[in-house]
Amino acid sequence: MANLRDIRRRIKSVKNTSQITKAMQLVAAAKMKKAQDQAIAGRDYADRLNQVLVNLKDNISEDDHALLKQPGGGKELMLVVSTDKGLCGGLNTNLLKKVRAGMAEDADVVTVGRKLRMSLGKLGHNIVSDWEVGDPTPFAEAKSIGAYLTDQFLGGGYSAVKVAFTNFETTLTQTPWIQQLLPVEASSLAEKRAYEGMGGDAEVEKTRKDDGMLRDYIFEPGPDGVLEALLPLYLNYQVYQMILEARASEHSSRMVAMKAATDNAEQMIKDLTLEYNKVRQAAITSELLEITTAMKAME
Amino acid sequence: MPLVLDIVTPEKKFFSGQVENVYLPGTEGELGILPGHVPLVTGINPGELRYLADGKVEELAIGAGFVEVTQEKVTVLTDLAVTDAEIDEARVEEAMKRAEEALSKIDHSENAEEVATLQAAIGKSMAQLKLKRKRRQI
Repeated sequence: MANLRDIRRRIKSVKNTSQITKAMQLVAAAKMKKAQDQAIAGRDYADRLNQVLVNLKDNISEDDHALLKQPGGGKELMLVVSTDKGLCGGLNTNLLKKVRAGMAEDADVVTVGRKLRMSLGKLGHNIVSDWEVGDPTPFAEAKSIGAYLTDQFLGGGYSAVKVAFTNFETTLTQTPWIQQLLPVEASSLAEKRAYEGMGGDAEVEKTRKDDGMLRDYIFEPGPDGVLEALLPLYLNYQVYQMILEARASEHSSRMVAMKAATDNAEQMIKDLTLEYNKVRQAAITSELLEITTAMKAME
Repeated sequence: MPLVLDIVTPEKKFFSGQVENVYLPGTEGELGILPGHVPLVTGINPGELRYLADGKVEELAIGAGFVEVTQEKVTVLTDLAVTDAEIDEARVEEAMKRAEEALSKIDHSENAEEVATLQAAIGKSMAQLKLKRKRRQI
């Protein structure tokens, strides 16, 4: 049986750990609320933007804009949005799994977040650029990432640009997700709507049927002018929304992980205290026994 | 035929409901939209949006963005939407001053993006002030 001092020491160290995890849990909970609100509030706008584009796609040909066209050949470019800090459960591991399953061998990678940059670097993927974004993320930062990706797509000889991030569903569930950003395709737009949980594919079909009765849109000042302004806004906003989703997932996941850690630590302290008391009682009993035996011997 | 108006900003769904008409500042000039309008997609400038619902005219200040018009639906996507009551004149004025100051300081030829951002901010502030001051005169 372990001695008293060892147990005492262990209780103390577990207590310290639980204090840290408790503090992290509280911080994460506060950030989580903000990040979740932001992510959810942005969905409506992202969804509408999407819907407008889905409707437009039916009415314009792919050749109308370079961002809609499928360029021949070339590699894929993938933006991977992970977290800067660890201690957030299986979030990054799950995302990495998804990325490895869904990414072509020779794909180039752009990263946001330190964690997966390191893992992907170790795995030997070619990381072409790395971004750091603040928390909470300002739109301007997402915008420069969006602009960078667009430039790469137009001038870098890539066949497609995809984004891997963790989609926020509820505080307890977050799903790793890969989404095609460029070229803008109707099918990926439909997928996008599905992951946002705004009704899914069924609703896309419905909108199509309702609105898409061979509607010829008038563009003012013209298809080029409208697309020129709408597409960059759409792309930047998509990137922004995905980063928001990733952030909300990160904080939720961290909150849950830290809560579990705190609960475990508390349970452990309870067990150890019980053990400690048992040992203490045993010691007292044996001491008493010794004293009585000694007394009996002296009589 | 009813006309459904949706106004969505990145922060929230600002308004969604049936209206009788909508007037909004398109990039090519002010647009008046009645039910049955031809399908149209165009940009919008910062300015004033009016709609008639339940016999009452509502006025909003909106930022730059897009509008998609179909025969029975108008979707306005903008980065700002505020009602008259929500506008704090002093704060908007201050924000505008700040943006103007920043604009006069930076190099216009080099920071094209920054200039565009600041100009957008000024446009937004102007739209809000205009709406607020117009109300006062009446």
